[in-house]
Amino acid sequence: MKNRTYHNPVGVGKYTGLLLISPFLAGALLLTLYPFVSSFILGLTDCGLIGQPELIGLENYREILSSREFLQSAGVTLRYAAILVPLKLIVSLGVALLLNIELKGIGAYRTAFYIPSILGANLAVVIMWQFLFTSGGLANQLLKLFGAQPAGWYGDSAHATAIIILLRLWEFGSAMVIFLSALRDIPREYHEAAKVDGCGSIRGFFAITLPLLKDVIFLNLILQTISALQEFNAPYMITGGGPMGSTTTVGMVIYDEMFRYHNAGYANAVSWTLFVTITAVVLLLFKVTGRIRKEQP
Amino acid sequence: MKKLLRYLILTVIAAVMIYPLLWLVGASLKSNDEIFSSAWFIPKNPDFSVYIGAWKTVTPYTMGHYFLNTFLIILPKTIFAVISSVLVAYGFARFDFPLKKLSFALLMGTMFMPSIVTVMPMYILWSRLGLLDTYIPLTLPALFAAEGSFVFMLIQFMKGIPKEFDEAARIDGCGALRTLFYILLPCIKPVVVSITVFTFLWTMNDFLTPLIMISSVEKYPLSLALRLSADSTGDGYEQNRVLAMSVIGLIPSVAVFGLAQKKFVSGITAGGLSG
Repeated sequence: MKNRTYHNPVGVGKYTGLLLISPFLAGALLLTLYPFVSSFILGLTDCGLIGQPELIGLENYREILSSREFLQSAGVTLRYAAILVPLKLIVSLGVALLLNIELKGIGAYRTAFYIPSILGANLAVVIMWQFLFTSGGLANQLLKLFGAQPAGWYGDSAHATAIIILLRLWEFGSAMVIFLSALRDIPREYHEAAKVDGCGSIRGFFAITLPLLKDVIFLNLILQTISALQEFNAPYMITGGGPMGSTTTVGMVIYDEMFRYHNAGYANAVSWTLFVTITAVVLLLFKVTGRIRKEQP
Repeated sequence: MKKLLRYLILTVIAAVMIYPLLWLVGASLKSNDEIFSSAWFIPKNPDFSVYIGAWKTVTPYTMGHYFLNTFLIILPKTIFAVISSVLVAYGFARFDFPLKKLSFALLMGTMFMPSIVTVMPMYILWSRLGLLDTYIPLTLPALFAAEGSFVFMLIQFMKGIPKEFDEAARIDGCGALRTLFYILLPCIKPVVVSITVFTFLWTMNDFLTPLIMISSVEKYPLSLALRLSADSTGDGYEQNRVLAMSVIGLIPSVAVFGLAQKKFVSGITAGGLSG
């Protein structure tokens, strides 16, 4: 390896590439690695508003694991991700399959499905969503229209969780676009050949489409899981974490500890706990699906 | 027959997806009573005057002021993101260099790094540098190709461009940067459009970062101004005004998406990037 040769275009030294990517390397050090390490160190201290911060070892972590507030928020977050992610994958794949055909006006449908996902994180939409589920809001109006009992959406934990899940589900378009482009890459001949062999469309889906989509499904699974486990905006704005902390996610606990109670040490320990949890969940997903990481530039 | 069924299902889903937005626009023109008594989105007596109040907001500044603030963040951020991502992607896509594998692994790593871990130490750092309540914490990171997905999308796209193009330019005497500028850049225009559009949309949507970094109302971007208005408007009080503000707040995003849609959808699908 010592005298490895670098294959570059004529007149280009081996450090040109390194120079080109140097903004990224500087950023990775300054904006990712530094805060990442710094967060861990802060988590080992009792850094707060008053007094000189002191190293207290794993004390914060001991406190976290015995804190009822944290354990509840961890349960809320994991359950939220466990419900939302599969639902979102199924809906986005299902709609992508429906859209994957030469039909007139299909572009308009694609836009309709995609728009909520780019607007969904916008605070204006979050405010709108809050309105939809008030006692006289659109959701209850529709329930009445269909003869069902209107619900007190913000009053109980299951309904409040449902509001957040529905908002994120409404944004399935981003996952759908990824599925759609993967579906377009499957050569039509595969399905035609299967049809000749007497394979129906449902069997065709399970025997051809699904295996070919494995990688993309996994990519969406990972992306959606990571973002679901970090959920903050929607519960913060819509339910305020209530009722009784039933929609208080770990992200909200971190925010409150850091910016409301100014317990920087404890807050960073919670964020590291969340980071370790996310990593563990992702590794578990890798393991369950029998995958090892192998990314090549 | 099958086709008809497919259209039917798609139409139903599309209606469910779009109706809340239609309702939002309609409800902003309704009286407060009507908002909560009818599910139909078209108002009986549309009252456009509410938009005058909405534009004025409940804060000392108008919506125009907050739009301007947001654009003052978006403009440098977009320029920084395009320049840095293109350079970095060019390095990865076309050159061989020491530590390339490690650097690429780092790129993947930063893409999957939960931002919640990094945001607090960055807050402390910016605060020590005395840069809180300025736009620097919101814009400067873009200079370092902070959005890994942009770089990734560009690498994928550049790899699709035949290397022979570069070689021809090389023979004609172009250096590395001139090759990038004259040969690759024209080919990757759709991706540059995508980066611009996504930076725009994501900055319009960003809530947590300004919430943490910006404290004076005068400097609030649109998202924080909306929150302030929603919070200071109690139950049963001028609900339509808050909804009207939300409608105004969504217009730039919808407009940009509408304008760029054709160009940038090809870009997203190529890079697997999502909103």
